[in-house]
Amino acid sequence: MINWPNFISQLFNGLALGALLALISSGLTIIYGTLGVLNLAHGAMFMIGGYAGYVAYSYTGSFILAVIAGSLFVMLLGVAMERIIIRHFYHRPHEDQLLVTFGLGICFVEIVRLIFTSQSQVVPPPALLQGITSLGFLFYPTYRLAVVGIVAVALGGLFLILYRTRLGMIVRAGIEDSVMVDSLGINVYRVFMIVFGIGAMAAGFAGIINAPVVSLTPGVGDDILVETFVVVVIGGVGSFPGAILGGLIAGEIISITSMFNPGYAYVMLFAAMTLVLVLRPHGLLGTQGRE
Amino acid sequence: MLKQRPYLIEFLTAAGLVVAPFVLPWLGFAPNTVNRILVWGLFGLGFDILFGFTGLLSFGQSAFYGTGGFVAAWLLTRAGFPNVVLALVVGMIAAAAAGYLIGLIALRRTGIYFAMITVAIAEVFFFVEFNPLSDFTGGENGLPGVPTPSFNLGFTTLHFTTGWSLYQFLALCYFIGVVIALRIVRSPVGAVFSAIRDNPLRATAVGHNIHGYKLTAFVIAAAYAGFAGGLLGVLQAFMPPDAFTFDTSGQLVMQTAIGGRGTLFGPLVGAAVWLSLQDFLQAALGLGAAWKLVLGLVFVLLVCFLRRGIIGGLADLYGLLTGQRGAREPGESEPEAVAGASAPHATAAAPTPVRARPAGNPTGPILQAKGLTKRYGGLLANSDIDFTVNHGELRGIIGPNGAGKSTFFKMLTCEVHPTSGTIMFEGRDITGMNVTDVCQLGLTKSYQVNQLFAGLTVRENLVIAALSGLRGKFKLDLFRSIDSIPGLSERVQHTLELVNLTSRPDTPVSELAYGEKRRLEIGLALATSPSLLLLDEPLAGMSPRERVETVKLLKSISQGRTMIIIDHDMDALFELAERVTVLQEGRVLVEGTPEEIKNNSTVQEAYLGGVHGVLAA
Repeated sequence: MINWPNFISQLFNGLALGALLALISSGLTIIYGTLGVLNLAHGAMFMIGGYAGYVAYSYTGSFILAVIAGSLFVMLLGVAMERIIIRHFYHRPHEDQLLVTFGLGICFVEIVRLIFTSQSQVVPPPALLQGITSLGFLFYPTYRLAVVGIVAVALGGLFLILYRTRLGMIVRAGIEDSVMVDSLGINVYRVFMIVFGIGAMAAGFAGIINAPVVSLTPGVGDDILVETFVVVVIGGVGSFPGAILGGLIAGEIISITSMFNPGYAYVMLFAAMTLVLVLRPHGLLGTQGRE
Repeated sequence: MLKQRPYLIEFLTAAGLVVAPFVLPWLGFAPNTVNRILVWGLFGLGFDILFGFTGLLSFGQSAFYGTGGFVAAWLLTRAGFPNVVLALVVGMIAAAAAGYLIGLIALRRTGIYFAMITVAIAEVFFFVEFNPLSDFTGGENGLPGVPTPSFNLGFTTLHFTTGWSLYQFLALCYFIGVVIALRIVRSPVGAVFSAIRDNPLRATAVGHNIHGYKLTAFVIAAAYAGFAGGLLGVLQAFMPPDAFTFDTSGQLVMQTAIGGRGTLFGPLVGAAVWLSLQDFLQAALGLGAAWKLVLGLVFVLLVCFLRRGIIGGLADLYGLLTGQRGAREPGESEPEAVAGASAPHATAAAPTPVRARPAGNPTGPILQAKGLTKRYGGLLANSDIDFTVNHGELRGIIGPNGAGKSTFFKMLTCEVHPTSGTIMFEGRDITGMNVTDVCQLGLTKSYQVNQLFAGLTVRENLVIAALSGLRGKFKLDLFRSIDSIPGLSERVQHTLELVNLTSRPDTPVSELAYGEKRRLEIGLALATSPSLLLLDEPLAGMSPRERVETVKLLKSISQGRTMIIIDHDMDALFELAERVTVLQEGRVLVEGTPEEIKNNSTVQEAYLGGVHGVLAA
């Protein structure tokens, strides 16, 4: 017999996780869609966002400052990474791009491990969002509810950037046909740098927002990266709406399966991915373009 | 590098493995470290076939390493299986079977999709090992008590226990692994693997079922991984659950890239560097956990600056020192190219008798297209084209830019499927077939933009194309030497003569001059031995002199063959073709002999916008 309050609270957990996955995945997917580079260090970006926020929090005690610091630091890290290394890889094969971002991810994780050790660190949620909220039929941690709202706002911001600005138009055009955008006289390399920064920032922001939910360890980004891949495959590479849909689907699958047996969460996730690959090889909202 | 004297590499490997126990202790290698290096090296042999040779970068090899390891360990510790080697083989088969099933899913996509899917799948295996199957696998405790192999020879029993004693067994396994891998790499299947790595689109177009071959490479890699996983359990007397972690896959990828991909021995070298550096940094320098950061940095630097890893770097250095790589500079290769282009041509063109398909010399239509229409959204690229070509004909197609010529060719070779209409080839309806099958039937084309296997030599390019005609679209002759295929070298030689590249068979494609690449492009299509050959702008981008040469070449190719040529060079086409079809705005404008076309007023109007008509009047 299903325990309904438990089930609904799992649905909420799934929503919170799904929203976070959607945000991280949209960062990954716009970078890939625009630059053609799959950033295997994206999980590390998520992790570093959490740690940067943790440092800011331990100096200032302000969660808001922690969020700002975490996002900005990761954005700058993303820009630096693009300027120093990634841009030399645009004309090299996909495998080399995968290898170099994979190696960078490992370096980032190990640097953080060197500084903060493998012990887990805790960032408490802001005072306003601590405790639990009564939803009438069940009690639910306030901060997790807030996560859904915060991430929704962040996704809204990303949407505005992508669909209402000149930059966004260039990015979306670049996803469709980067050669054409290049030949229109737009400095794609500057756009690439900005996109890489924004994409990384999405992961970093998610990292600090997620920090109060789970404790911070240097390996926190590894599992997230794998889940993000599944999200992107389900939603369709390069598709922003696809990342959101895929994120929510993946979040709910993980949560609901975990209610019955956490061991099967990944199996179900994988089954969903396989189903999508068989029925719609380009993802639910992906188009038959880039490969 | 892998094709010198026969069995030289095998011999050197055996010698190295025999000498290692006497040399390596002096260099500070503990026997256990050497054994671990061998297991990683064996694991990497399969992975290098997948990544280095076929170009498929999988981040999920841990799934098969763990599967093979746990199946073997379970058989030996829980099921009371007596024979270690047999258990290892069963583990290998289990891993290969898992590889087949996973390959079916993961290979539905290529490139980064493939990488992402393999990561996700490996993670699933990890969780399955820990939870649903923990009764079999011991969950996070793993399976302790894996025995070491022993062989009863009747008069005595050989035990391989630990250290250098076990080394003998592992070295034997590694040696067998190398011998098999070398056979695979030198087989026709190995040639197709490298074709897939260099240009999957063209590998498909010259008639290879690349999906089947990719799956083959994936299963081979899984089998190697499975056997190595079993050896890990034997080596440690314990099957650890971390065999299944993402770190395992990652370490394999990094070791392979450090050592050098596409070399077979790269993973072994990479593992040696990795493990000895790890020992050195941890023990000698007392860096503790920071060793992984150092290795990560080394890896990133290698990927940035030494693309082919340590072995590739050493090979380049050796080449530099012995001065063998002079041909790199374009200045050196091009004059030679031009000289080679004109001189032997006159002799090569005439005496080559062209074999048609064994069907004899039939007459009547070889190709019939009816009502071919192609729509891209609102754009009508081709509209209701009826087109017939007879056996032995040389047909030209002309038309202004945007007339739909290339789309028409793509439909004929089944690269794109028509919105409506049918295509009959040699009396068979080929509408809706794929490009590989159509090539196998004897219909192929040379591309408007060169589609060569850029990392290979001229001869290797032609071998790949010729193989599809000689062995069909898919064949698992994994252990056959490529030289033992009857008719192959003759066909390659014949094609070299036809396209006038006999002087440069062993030149890498990247060092060819443009005109030579263009001829090789035609050669690739020719080597599949087509009964109908389509040529999409064979003269494009050529200098006037090269054009004259190429027209001569096309004439000699056309003897006994049916060809359709698209080109903008009307003088050349009128000289070559017996009949010419004019396309305009996706439709057939007129069709006739060159004379008729030249004097046709609608054609003149199409090309000159009516000006000619006014002038004539």
